[in-house]
Amino acid sequence: MALNIEDIHRIAYLARIEINEQEAASTLTKLSGILGLIEQMQAVNTEGILPMSHSQDLAQRLREDVVTQTNQREVFQAIAPMTEHGLYLVPKVIE
Amino acid sequence: MEWEVVIGLETHTQLKTNTKIFSGASTTYGAEPNTQACEVSIALPGVLPVLNKEAVECAIKFGLAVDADIAPRSVFARKNYFYPDLPKGYQISQYELPVVGKGKLTIQVPAGKHGEAYEKTIHITRAHLEEDAGKSVHGAVEGMSGIDLNRAGTPLLEIVTEPDMRSAAEAVAYAKKLHELVQWIGICDGNMQEGSFRCDVNVSVRPKGTEKLGTRREIKNLNSFKFMQQAIEYETQWQIDTLEDGGKIQQATVLFNPDTGETRAMRSKEEANDYRYFPDPDLLPLVVSDEDKARVRTHMPELPEAMKARFEAAHGLSSYDAATLTASRGTADYFTAVVQAGAEAKPAANWVMGALSAKLNAEEKVITDSPVSAAQLAQLLKRIQDNTISNNAAKQVFEALWAGEGDVDTIIAAKGLKQESDTGAIEAIIDEVLNANPAMVEEFKAGKEKAFNALVGQAMKASKGKANPAQVNEILKKKLG
Repeated sequence: MALNIEDIHRIAYLARIEINEQEAASTLTKLSGILGLIEQMQAVNTEGILPMSHSQDLAQRLREDVVTQTNQREVFQAIAPMTEHGLYLVPKVIE
Repeated sequence: MEWEVVIGLETHTQLKTNTKIFSGASTTYGAEPNTQACEVSIALPGVLPVLNKEAVECAIKFGLAVDADIAPRSVFARKNYFYPDLPKGYQISQYELPVVGKGKLTIQVPAGKHGEAYEKTIHITRAHLEEDAGKSVHGAVEGMSGIDLNRAGTPLLEIVTEPDMRSAAEAVAYAKKLHELVQWIGICDGNMQEGSFRCDVNVSVRPKGTEKLGTRREIKNLNSFKFMQQAIEYETQWQIDTLEDGGKIQQATVLFNPDTGETRAMRSKEEANDYRYFPDPDLLPLVVSDEDKARVRTHMPELPEAMKARFEAAHGLSSYDAATLTASRGTADYFTAVVQAGAEAKPAANWVMGALSAKLNAEEKVITDSPVSAAQLAQLLKRIQDNTISNNAAKQVFEALWAGEGDVDTIIAAKGLKQESDTGAIEAIIDEVLNANPAMVEEFKAGKEKAFNALVGQAMKASKGKANPAQVNEILKKKLG
């Protein structure tokens, strides 16, 4: 799979990362290299092998459904840039 | 051209847990903003999710209730997108390996005005666990949006169907059935105003008789059955009109505006791979063993279908009555309690579906808030059974119970509703009536059956309605015979 420069800009947009043309070009080279590596790996026959979803072969531990967290709003909001009426404030977002 | 609408539903049910899916913060609705938003909810760096056991059990319960495959191993994935009410920049959800696989739900679709219905099986594609996002509050501060993260991390089970429904009525019947089921098995409080049960409806149309699915548009966040019906009907007609005018349907997400009754495109649907799903490295695979399933099964209540069959077999109720009584857990529990308190099943069914249901509807109350308790209704039915009061008097007692005027026997005594069942007393009344109405007696003897009923009426009147009608009939027959 070959990437082009538009793909790089689209990926950067999706990740909300601002890059200039020069960075885009070097990112294109690097990402293409990684994809090349993946292509190489895809030559390996993996039939019948369960895809690995975690590097550790363990099962998820579960937590009892008991409230353990207390209200720490003041502590958390002390480091927030802007708050009002207990809300975190961000630049206006409307779909 | 004749068109066919094809509908599939995605329903977000908020699970009835005490805490969030990945942290020990409370999920109580209506708290002050951000007072239930812990470090996991607000996504401080370095925090780790720990999965809530109860949320998993809720998912297993649902899987068992719809006869689904429950994955022995399922995987949590990150669904990436940017929005301020999602502070991590991704939602933890399940993608390729959901906890609940293919299942099915049988629905009754109303057809016609007289309670007729047809049955249809809706196939469940999957159900997966995920976390809810926070809430954005617009307009509180000029030029800013306020973010409340109390809801962030609330456990959801997203239930997805196959595109099996062919009308708004079928979609609404499915949604209602699902709504009852998740409350019945106790995994969701079903509160639609508070957003505990929200439906996204995928709608497409195609020429009738063809197989290929048309392009779909998704109506987001419907939180009432009435709106769902209106939205689907409007959307279907809009798509047909667009196609007949030579236009094309663009895949899109639309919102329903209850004020205008119209649907309107919100944004063009992003491709699924824009979300860049990948397995969440912070969470290990969720393993559900056969023992886990067996354990959860022992905590499951009897399901509506099984209970319906039992009501028919054990109490001799009709299929319609049994279906009505098991349409909601509240009604089923109430009826069961009345019967357990010693009332006969058939009159109990009639009273629950008749007088009680009418009164609840009239006052817009739910059965769990009924002012007349199951024990009181059972006591009332016993007093009809043992001939203490007539059916007519029972209606008066019921009204008094509803108004909180005391217990059954107190009301009967206070209102003097006790039925006269003393044979001697009734005979005396009848003798009086016969002496006072020689003309009617003559008519009866001349073969006029109507005269008999008139004499019964006179006797009842003379007893001020308290004589047992069956006894009056019997004694009168004997005396005239």
